[in-house]
Amino acid sequence: MVKPKLMQGNECCALGALAAGVRFFAGYPITPSTEIAEIFSKELPKLGGVFMQMEDEIASLAAVIGASLTGKKAITATSGPGFSLMQENLGFAAVAEVPCVIVNVMRLGPSTGMPTLPAQSDVMQARWGTHGDHSVIALAPSSVKEAFCLTVRAVNLAERYRVPVVLLMDEVIGHLRERVVFQPDEKVVQWERKQCLNPKSSQPFEETADGIPPFFSFGGEYRHHVTGLVHDESGFPTSQREGISRLIRRLHYKITQHLSDIVQVEEFFVDDADVLIIAYGSTARSAQAAVVRAREEGKKAGLLRLITLWPFPEKEVSTAAVNKKAVIVPEMNMGQLALEVARVLPDKNLLFPINRVDGELVTPDEILSVMGRIY
Amino acid sequence: MCAVYHKYLRLDHLPHIWCPGCGNGIVMGAFIRAMEDLKYDQNEVVVVSGIGCSGRISGYLDFNTLHTTHGRALAFATGIKAAEPRLKIFVFMGDGDATAIGGNHLIHACRRNIDMTAIIINNCTFGMTGGQFSPMTPKGKKASTAPYGTVERNFDIPALAQAAGATLVARVGIYQVNLLRELIVKASHHKGFALLEVISQCPVNYGRRNQMGDPAEMLEDQKGIIKSAGLGQGLENYFGQIFQSEQPEFIEEYNKMIVQAQKKGGCDV
Repeated sequence: MVKPKLMQGNECCALGALAAGVRFFAGYPITPSTEIAEIFSKELPKLGGVFMQMEDEIASLAAVIGASLTGKKAITATSGPGFSLMQENLGFAAVAEVPCVIVNVMRLGPSTGMPTLPAQSDVMQARWGTHGDHSVIALAPSSVKEAFCLTVRAVNLAERYRVPVVLLMDEVIGHLRERVVFQPDEKVVQWERKQCLNPKSSQPFEETADGIPPFFSFGGEYRHHVTGLVHDESGFPTSQREGISRLIRRLHYKITQHLSDIVQVEEFFVDDADVLIIAYGSTARSAQAAVVRAREEGKKAGLLRLITLWPFPEKEVSTAAVNKKAVIVPEMNMGQLALEVARVLPDKNLLFPINRVDGELVTPDEILSVMGRIY
Repeated sequence: MCAVYHKYLRLDHLPHIWCPGCGNGIVMGAFIRAMEDLKYDQNEVVVVSGIGCSGRISGYLDFNTLHTTHGRALAFATGIKAAEPRLKIFVFMGDGDATAIGGNHLIHACRRNIDMTAIIINNCTFGMTGGQFSPMTPKGKKASTAPYGTVERNFDIPALAQAAGATLVARVGIYQVNLLRELIVKASHHKGFALLEVISQCPVNYGRRNQMGDPAEMLEDQKGIIKSAGLGQGLENYFGQIFQSEQPEFIEEYNKMIVQAQKKGGCDV
């Protein structure tokens, strides 16, 4: 019998990162993510790793990128205002293809907003916060255990695809304490970034078949140039039209051609459902409770829980929505992911968003009450 | 071109983008000659730069090179150094880069006393964007955004860096190019955060607006500029001279803390 532990989401996130091989953290104190930094400050030195408290969030992500360029797995954690400051270097990581993970424990905004209250209002910022076309991956855990697993996955995806990965954890999951069981046979699998084996036959930003260039690390055997300017396959700035377009397109397709590896959703009574709920993060817990209660009342409800938010699980959402009478999208924001759901639904009249922006959770009762009105 | 330039320049990426008469090439030349003195393995050196004309230096030098975001070069460099302390780090910034948008990172790199050499090429203007006034434009000088002369005061970089905790600080003019080479060597041997302010010239976007003549005349006038770049008296003391002190260096202190943490043992993971 495995002894369950009482753990917190932020704690599991930090431990997941360590298990995934992260040995560098740089961050700046901010509610409600601070526990993550505190745990790293305690654990990383024991592992010979580096914890740095920087002067702001801009510097934090800059330091993380610098560390990652030496080949180390690196992470930072923040919340809304800090995430806003990180957008500049998030774009740098995207164009220079530097693996890194940014944990954003979402609180209510805009601006200082409500620092201790939960929200899910950084969904669009995670996708479009930095300027310019770029690709990004964002994941949203719904439980404390999943905060561990998805942090591992975030690190792995960052390394495999050479992309910034955002862990969008709402404050509810970040501060929730619940029972976590790690089975003895549970193994943490680590993915490593593709290494450059022969600099004579490969270039630091070359267009490989899978879209992901081999990584040259600082302090390794081969010297190279890394820049936030648009660059050619050698890594040096280019102003050739064809080269510019090729880079920007590759940054997209290196993600879009691997959707089956990146996108994860979880279905709960979806197949025979008349009413489909699409939810993520802590809201998915209320949605699941609502489905259970609806089923007890004989109502055919189902839940599609999005684990990957970006790239948006377009195929999974449109497939799950086939023949449904209504699609309910509860969110702790004014309707951000609902915009994406609306985009892929055959009939926008099927969409029923539930938006809560008072720092309280969307409750199962609220979802059931909307369901009751439409079904 | 002599062998040392062949060794340290990425010749296939020349010619450079700088205007005729710019000081950046002189600084780069002094840096290359300092590298000849230092004899580091090129694979063990990282050159980090910010944004602006000076930011392009990294692309021309044959080391591990990183051209970062505007003002953030020191923060990126801090991550590299902390993650891989054996690497030798050199950071190039312009005056706008280091003292305007990057001012916060500058003072904290000084305070942290992390082992690296930072070189601020101060040409008193935002040259790349066409000559706007920077925090280093002396009061009264004209700029594209100060057509009547700037009303703001400028920083005194060595005084700022020293007050913030940098442990080697020097100001040098571009015409003192041999001294610059010596200072780069000295700064790299120094254990801690070393900051060199190099007074440079931007004839196109700064000199022209202020009737300062051709590049040669601007170089002639540099002593005066060095004095006026400060806020008050006695600043010429910094000029070509060095403030140096011994203080605990970040990486060494961090490693001590690691030993302490590991003694306590028992990873909680």
